[in-house]
Amino acid sequence: MTLPSYNFAYLDEQTKRMIRRAILKAIAIPGYQVPFASREMPMPYGWGTGGVQVTAAILGPDDVLKVIDQGADDTTNAVSIRSFFAKTAGVATTTRMPDATIVQTRHRIPETPLKAGQIIVYQVPIPEPLRFLEPRETETRLMHGLEEYGLVHVKLYEDIAQHGHIATTYAYPVKVEDRYVMDPSPIPKFDNPKMHNSPALQLFGAGREKRIYALPPFTKVVSLDFEDHPFSVQRFDAPCALCNARGVYLDEVVTDDRGGRMFVCSDTDHCETRRAEGHSPEPAAHDVTETV
Amino acid sequence: MTTSPILSVRALEKRYGTFIGCTDVSFDLWPGEVLAIVGESGSGKTTLLNCISGRLDRSSGQVLYRMRDGRFPDLDDLSEAERRFLMRTDWGFVHQNPADGLRMRVSAGANVGERLMAVGERHYGEIRHTATEWLSRVEIAAERIDDQPVAFSGGMRQRLQIARNLVTRPRLIFMDEPTGGLDVSVQARVLDLLRSLVSELDLAVIIVTHDLAVARLLSQRMIVMKSGRVVESGLTDRVLDDPRHPYTQLLVASIPES
Repeated sequence: MTLPSYNFAYLDEQTKRMIRRAILKAIAIPGYQVPFASREMPMPYGWGTGGVQVTAAILGPDDVLKVIDQGADDTTNAVSIRSFFAKTAGVATTTRMPDATIVQTRHRIPETPLKAGQIIVYQVPIPEPLRFLEPRETETRLMHGLEEYGLVHVKLYEDIAQHGHIATTYAYPVKVEDRYVMDPSPIPKFDNPKMHNSPALQLFGAGREKRIYALPPFTKVVSLDFEDHPFSVQRFDAPCALCNARGVYLDEVVTDDRGGRMFVCSDTDHCETRRAEGHSPEPAAHDVTETV
Repeated sequence: MTTSPILSVRALEKRYGTFIGCTDVSFDLWPGEVLAIVGESGSGKTTLLNCISGRLDRSSGQVLYRMRDGRFPDLDDLSEAERRFLMRTDWGFVHQNPADGLRMRVSAGANVGERLMAVGERHYGEIRHTATEWLSRVEIAAERIDDQPVAFSGGMRQRLQIARNLVTRPRLIFMDEPTGGLDVSVQARVLDLLRSLVSELDLAVIIVTHDLAVARLLSQRMIVMKSGRVVESGLTDRVLDDPRHPYTQLLVASIPES
């Protein structure tokens, strides 16, 4: 018995054309949310149906695909999407940043800087940055159209009033090319500066909300803030407990049930590459994690 | 005092199909003047207010507004962006139910600061300073600045709504039964506050009310409406002391003597 075969990259060609048209429009108007006819995908909403459709539409037979989830190549979401495209498109997959031509991501931008020619596809749960401030879609569209963005600052004001600093740590709103306010998907604000003037093409797909938006290469992306409370990224006191990297985004890993924990790179590829290059934790760092 | 009106309403009409919301309404409003629109429920007062303030499309007629730069355009000729900008800078709208005019789940400070941020203020310290100042002007304790309006009493909410509207120094305020849902003592306090702010800031106000006492206290001029039409207009004292139209006479006579 032969199994039914899929069209290349699962979606039919007409659907891919429709998605490509939406992508082209999104690239033409950086930060603007383009509606598209999102399809049912063989995975639940929230698992990256938007990102998967964008990837399927841009994927070619020669592409090398990397999929990360929270920076890791080996988590459920990343593994299942990678095998999905390996199966339906037969494309090469990789975990190494320099080899990839398309990177689909959930919640992170890799530590290795993106280079020209690469495309990064973000999985977006809620594309509308004004959603929790203004529930009406008709109103938020008008606000985008008329560039009425005072409300975003109301949210940041509330943060400072309640916490003494801007406590939004992920999905931190940005202004694109001095025009559209955009939700950069739930990446940590640590990654926000990486979007600015990136040489790679950045595409955002929201499957349930049926929106695609994009940042063409070398686009100005500014994180919103107050003059007296400027935007700043998370800082970590200690380096990665495995590869000793500083200035990277760290995950907390619980190691036992007695309060033991360690902080390691959230980007597994970055961490593995560094360890292969011979970086190892300082002995002192070990002592610290053990005494915590 | 300037001699040109800040707002001019010409033959305004609003129809819902064949039903008349309000019709043939014309009046001028001068800077610093308080105009009361009175009438019973269903007489078209709120419809008129909403048509003038652009919250409702009118069927025919003109509403001209004196812009800060001296132009006097019909509001329908402005672009949507201009109209919305006007609404959150030069105008204020005080709703009967404060929940309609406030963000109930956002702190009092942010409620007052929202308009400032909307016009481009980006300095947290200054926004907060201005908010604190306005809260004290409407007699809300400064330590409540980070509380949400859901934790406020009805009178406090109404005063917060007033502060939120006045923070951008508007020239024209629309009020729809601002003291409608408040008990008598709180009502007196809000009215007192309104009266002092109006004279202090030299505001032009159009206030809709069914309460003739409120009209007498706040307004210099009044319009009496019945079934969507203006039946009488004139100086408040004149209308209340010497009502001419039978309906106005009925209204005035129905105030219980105290």
